[in-house]
Amino acid sequence: MAKKTAYMGMLVALAFIFSYIESLIPINVGIPGIKIGLANMVTIVTLYTIGVVPAVVLSLVRIVLTGFTFGNLAMMMYSLGGGMLSLLVMVIARKTKLFSITGVSVLGAVFHNIGQIIVAAIVVENSSLFYYLPVLLVSGVVFGVVIGMVGAVLVKRLSGFIQKQDIF
Amino acid sequence: MKKNDVIMIGIIVVIALVALCLVNLYGKWNTKDAQAVVTIDGTEYGRYPLSEDRTVKIESENNGYNLLIIEKGDARIEEASCPDKICVRHKPIDKTGETLVCLPNKVVVEIENGEEADVDASTN
Repeated sequence: MAKKTAYMGMLVALAFIFSYIESLIPINVGIPGIKIGLANMVTIVTLYTIGVVPAVVLSLVRIVLTGFTFGNLAMMMYSLGGGMLSLLVMVIARKTKLFSITGVSVLGAVFHNIGQIIVAAIVVENSSLFYYLPVLLVSGVVFGVVIGMVGAVLVKRLSGFIQKQDIF
Repeated sequence: MKKNDVIMIGIIVVIALVALCLVNLYGKWNTKDAQAVVTIDGTEYGRYPLSEDRTVKIESENNGYNLLIIEKGDARIEEASCPDKICVRHKPIDKTGETLVCLPNKVVVEIENGEEADVDASTN
């Protein structure tokens, strides 16, 4: 148990740092919601090397922590919407075995953007926000491929190591 | 990457591009006597035609505000009380359907047609 806690703590810290780094990189193209999704790399590696439940716990804790530290309540709400929908889709996509890690990452990125818009549209009670969706879909695909490729390398290198530790 | 990945990515990109073209063309063709419609938390706050230059201070709850500027036929937010300033960095909007959003203040500025413009358009 202690080993498990320490390991999860390390992953949360890593995801937290990635979220922080991402908040320092301004992407200013006049459209809100475009993200690189660095923290999703940690989620993907957790999902593939450890399992579904730790991945869910990890992203929940990460979103709440970063929401309180770097953001505000509104930000946290749409991060939660995006994060949970994205994870749900990634878990299903992985189960179907139709896609590689890169494909799963792309779906995760795209549905993160969709989830965010849904929550934002509910918050402001205005469906015109879906106007941004096409651009966000393209950015999701681009960053999803990049993060997925890096994630795939990490999973390949780390899975043996993590299984040897015999923690989970 | 597997073949399935490439197919899936292709489908998403095609959908996005088609949607992007439709939205842009729709906005271009259907913008007539455009107005900036301001809503706070879903309730309408005011509508301002883009043809007249003006500055509106949109006041929302908890002393929040967004300074909306209408100038030379487009609308932008010059200043806001929110911490993230996403709405301030947004490019100016002038086409039907385009929006400026400030989530912390729950303010949405949307471009809408002033009149029922499609009646005229269809009889032409």
